[in-house]
Amino acid sequence: MTINQTGTDRVKRGMAEMQKGGVIMDVINAEQAKIAEAAGAVAVMALERVPSDIRAAGGVARMADPRIMEEVMGAVTIPVMAKARIGHITEARILEAMGVDYIDESEVLTPADEEYHLRKSEFTVPFVCGCKDLGEAARRIGEGASMLRTKGEPGTGNIVEAVRHLRKVNAHVRKIVHMNEDELMTEAKILGAPYEVLLQIKHNGKLPVVNFAAGGVATPADAALMMELGADGVFVGSGIFKSENPEKFARAIVEATTHYQDYNLLVEISKDLGIPMKGIEISRLSAEERMQDRGW
Amino acid sequence: MMVKIGVLALQGAVSEHIRSIEACGVEAIIVKGKDDLKLVDGLILPGGESTTMRKLMDRHNMLTPLKEFATAGKPMFGTCAGLILLAQKIVRYDFSHIGVLNATVERNSFGRQVDSFETNLEVKDIATDFPAVFIRAPHIVEVESDVEILAMHADKIVMVRQGHLLGCSFHPELTSDHRITAYFTEMVKESLAKRVAV
Repeated sequence: MTINQTGTDRVKRGMAEMQKGGVIMDVINAEQAKIAEAAGAVAVMALERVPSDIRAAGGVARMADPRIMEEVMGAVTIPVMAKARIGHITEARILEAMGVDYIDESEVLTPADEEYHLRKSEFTVPFVCGCKDLGEAARRIGEGASMLRTKGEPGTGNIVEAVRHLRKVNAHVRKIVHMNEDELMTEAKILGAPYEVLLQIKHNGKLPVVNFAAGGVATPADAALMMELGADGVFVGSGIFKSENPEKFARAIVEATTHYQDYNLLVEISKDLGIPMKGIEISRLSAEERMQDRGW
Repeated sequence: MMVKIGVLALQGAVSEHIRSIEACGVEAIIVKGKDDLKLVDGLILPGGESTTMRKLMDRHNMLTPLKEFATAGKPMFGTCAGLILLAQKIVRYDFSHIGVLNATVERNSFGRQVDSFETNLEVKDIATDFPAVFIRAPHIVEVESDVEILAMHADKIVMVRQGHLLGCSFHPELTSDHRITAYFTEMVKESLAKRVAV
């Protein structure tokens, strides 16, 4: 019998492939995790506060109390993800030791390192990272991220930044695919991206890892829009449990993500949902409040 | 004879199966609703989250049409979550999903994601060295006498066939080895030939 190999790229990236077409929901306790699972979430992100509350609370946002992750892992059978601060090797190792299924090296938390992201290829547990453009996406893949999510602007309930980032990444992927191979090194220099990752994109015609949309999804129509623009799936942070009726919103967003081009169905599932989370106009955020500018 | 194989596309690794079916020279169709089921001669239930797929089936009354598809003798192939959907019994659950495969499965039975692994597998009639990727995988605890065991790993049953039904714990769609998909394609062609002959 051959030996089992754990933590390979195929196993780590494959896990994200299984999440495609699905919705990953932020939860802060077992009760919310059960609501998310019952609504059809493909995974939950266990954290201490959802992004909109992190904004409101201010101060330093860190990895959640392991007790919360334990509680959530005990409550549901779907995968459980958790957030570590950018560059915080030890928080990530703690989450790995706990057996969380995926770690988000996340700009929603206060960065621990302003220069270096984690060397994610060294871990057995897979990582998801945020990106605003292809350079950032390729750098994270180069460090070993097994999944990406476009950043958007978390905790705002405003989809505009999510749309900007997803369009930007996908437009640049198309550009790379159509470039001549002898132009790629210069493009790598301009983007600050690893040449090998760009070469892979050129050969495969797409990113080598799954890319979800995040940061501002508040309604079923928002989720469907991100799928329409080519996202592989959707993260919803504050959008569900900061709405008036979380069960209904969660179910509707799951359904909208699967059937994103069935507009008659979208009419039905968008009805009588109650009040969505209150949004924030992006221009009202100060430079320090913009989470998307954390990380590089 | 042109056969068409569908991939249930409620959630999960749909595009990988589509690519694998097409690599076997067969037309692949995305199945999102019950009307799409009428267009296909065989169906693949992909990897993903079985709980999510079940919720989406229920909301669009897909469960009965899927059961009817199977009982009509049309081939179905479930990988990972798809295997759970096919199984008649699931350990620690008092209900099943499509429930046509005479086997009992246990979910997440190799551990959490850090325990997910790849290995080389001997698969009866198909390969001696199939690259098998197990991700938070289920395994088959026991089978009835009409179910043939095609592969074992670490003393656990990981692939079975029951007539026109095929199920495995791992993800052939995550590799560029299309031998298992080709095997299922042959099952679909045989079943269609039989039905045309009747």
